[in-house]
Amino acid sequence: MKRLATAFAIATLLTLGSQAAFSQTLKTVQDRGELVCGANGTLAGFGMPDPNGNWVGFDVDFCRAIAAAIFNDPTKVKFVPLTPGNRFTALQSGEIDVLSRNTTWTMSRDTTLGIDFAAVTFYDGQGFMVHKSLKVNSALELNDASVCVQQGTTTELNLADYFRSNNMSLKTVTFATADEAVKAYDSGRCDSYTTDSSGLYGERLRLSDPDANIVLPEIISKEPLSPAVRQGDDSWEDLVRWTHEAMVDAEELGVNQRNVDDMLKSSAPDIRRLLGVEDQFGQSLGLTNDWAYRIVKAVGNYGESFERNVGQGSPLKIARGLNALWTKGGLQYGLPIR
Amino acid sequence: MVEIAQPAPPGRRQWGNFALQAALLIVVGGLAYGAFVNAAYNLQKANIASGFRFWNNTAGFDISQTLIAYSPSTSTFGQAFWVGLLNTLLVASLGIVLATVLGFTIGIARLSRNWLVARLAGGYVELIRNIPLLLQILFWYNAVLKALPELRSSISLPGGAFLNNRGLFLPRPQFGDGFGDVLVAFLVGAAATAALRAFARRRQDLTGAPPHTLPYALALMVASPLLVFFLAGKPLTFSFPEMGRFNILGGTEILPEFAALLLALTIYTAAFIAEVVRAGLLAVPNGQTEAAQALGLRSGSTLRLVVVPQAMRVIVPPLTSQYLNLIKNSSLAVAIGYPDLVQVFAGSVLNITGQAVEVIGITMAVYLCISLVTSLLMNLYGRKVSIVER
Repeated sequence: MKRLATAFAIATLLTLGSQAAFSQTLKTVQDRGELVCGANGTLAGFGMPDPNGNWVGFDVDFCRAIAAAIFNDPTKVKFVPLTPGNRFTALQSGEIDVLSRNTTWTMSRDTTLGIDFAAVTFYDGQGFMVHKSLKVNSALELNDASVCVQQGTTTELNLADYFRSNNMSLKTVTFATADEAVKAYDSGRCDSYTTDSSGLYGERLRLSDPDANIVLPEIISKEPLSPAVRQGDDSWEDLVRWTHEAMVDAEELGVNQRNVDDMLKSSAPDIRRLLGVEDQFGQSLGLTNDWAYRIVKAVGNYGESFERNVGQGSPLKIARGLNALWTKGGLQYGLPIR
Repeated sequence: MVEIAQPAPPGRRQWGNFALQAALLIVVGGLAYGAFVNAAYNLQKANIASGFRFWNNTAGFDISQTLIAYSPSTSTFGQAFWVGLLNTLLVASLGIVLATVLGFTIGIARLSRNWLVARLAGGYVELIRNIPLLLQILFWYNAVLKALPELRSSISLPGGAFLNNRGLFLPRPQFGDGFGDVLVAFLVGAAATAALRAFARRRQDLTGAPPHTLPYALALMVASPLLVFFLAGKPLTFSFPEMGRFNILGGTEILPEFAALLLALTIYTAAFIAEVVRAGLLAVPNGQTEAAQALGLRSGSTLRLVVVPQAMRVIVPPLTSQYLNLIKNSSLAVAIGYPDLVQVFAGSVLNITGQAVEVIGITMAVYLCISLVTSLLMNLYGRKVSIVER
């Protein structure tokens, strides 16, 4: 219902409102004194408030990094929990400044929604979780199975594609939120639950008996997850993109939260440019030159954020895999700051 | 002396009224047009796709209950819309029928002279109408899911049906050649029965002889189609549900989401209908009942022939509101994953196409149409049962 309400609000806004100048996002954020970030709200490891009400997660840290770059204070972020259904409308209407909510970058979203994707922060793929008692070892054995899925996601489409291309039939049970879909799977309504594999690990921990469920080895789709911004404010898009690049560059260069102060004295030109000791890269983003220093100081480099939220330092224990640095066989490749 | 304002000459007042109404119409029309143009301009400026081209694009997602042929690989968003609309109409129409039957029963029971029956009916109304519908839907959904056994320990019902937490699986009838003849025989029988009843009623009006049409009706509507059925070589087989590896295959499936939604809508709306019926029955003066009894009618016949027909003219207008509420409340399906219009169209289709303005606009227009048609039909019915002034 909430999703519908938001969609309705957006429809009303688009109908009655006049489009405010969306091209000054950085100035708006600075005047407001905080960044408004669209986040997940229920996905462990990516975006969720902890028991004390502090937002934590990989996508959350990305917004904290932006806030650190702008305000030198990672707490100056207001998080807005969004569903797959209302996330794009929230961005389009200006309710949020940046969408950082495990969102797959697809062509249709990029070209028809009036939004732009900044950078792939997490290479994901869709997987399946099944009840162990079914003794299924591969997704290809799931012919005629019932699958619970959350609606309004690329997942819903990949699922139909995968079964079709393998000449299998399935019974889909579609729910508006991940919570409802997982609960139905847990109660035995479905044989399998499908979502991005990163999400499967998080959801598995919330089941009544996590050990009675396994994640199948097949990854059936490409899910490049990326933060998104509104079209028409290129300098804001630059800021969001380079926040990610700076975090990856920092990891490549061995700059982390602990040693970043020492690294200020480094003589390596790459590190000096990254940390703003040399040149004026920060100013060209509309920020101060120590923007990347602030990011690393506040949330750490890419690898640190990954391990802390979803990797070995978290209950999820997701391997770096495709998200390892390109120098270590992965796909994360920091664009050069120069 | 009290001064009395002179009414304007009729001609001038009429013109003034007309001008006022024309001005209002222009303002409202202008606002609507402005909103439309503004929305189109804003969407274009924000680079958001608009228009209705998405209607014929491939949908690509699956739907759990489809009354018409639908496949994710070939069907379009437009077909997904029809699937959702039909699912809404299915649950709404069944809900209206069941809620009416249950509501009338409870409304009448609440006025029963039997103390226990009246208190039970009263308790039902007070309990049900004071709990939010959404909670009731979730309650029934979870009750249905939790109370029923898992697939592998399904309850086998007589006649080859299965019941488990995936739903109720019934044998599906498959009609062979010649089944059309059976249908024709039934329709002819039904028409003949209707004619016979009209004739018997007229005879009763003229002579007072009570009608005895039941045996003839049975012969016409049951025996004759049965005869045709056997003559045509029994053109009806059943496809029985069978246990597969993951699911029960074959047969017809009634989803737990559908059952829970229908149950909740029926029970909830019936509580309100019961109150409407009670109010209607109480609105009929007691003298009518006494007069009927004085004529020697039994209490059942008094209710059926004297009280209810007079109560209907009071019942129908608020009953219409309850029907409209039920239709609109069916959109709460979204909470439990029943694929109604809102879930499929304002859910999946909206999210995949991203065209919020068009999709929400169509959805609102559809509910408006369904509601207006329902009101129209109920108004026609209300006119039929209203008191005819002679």
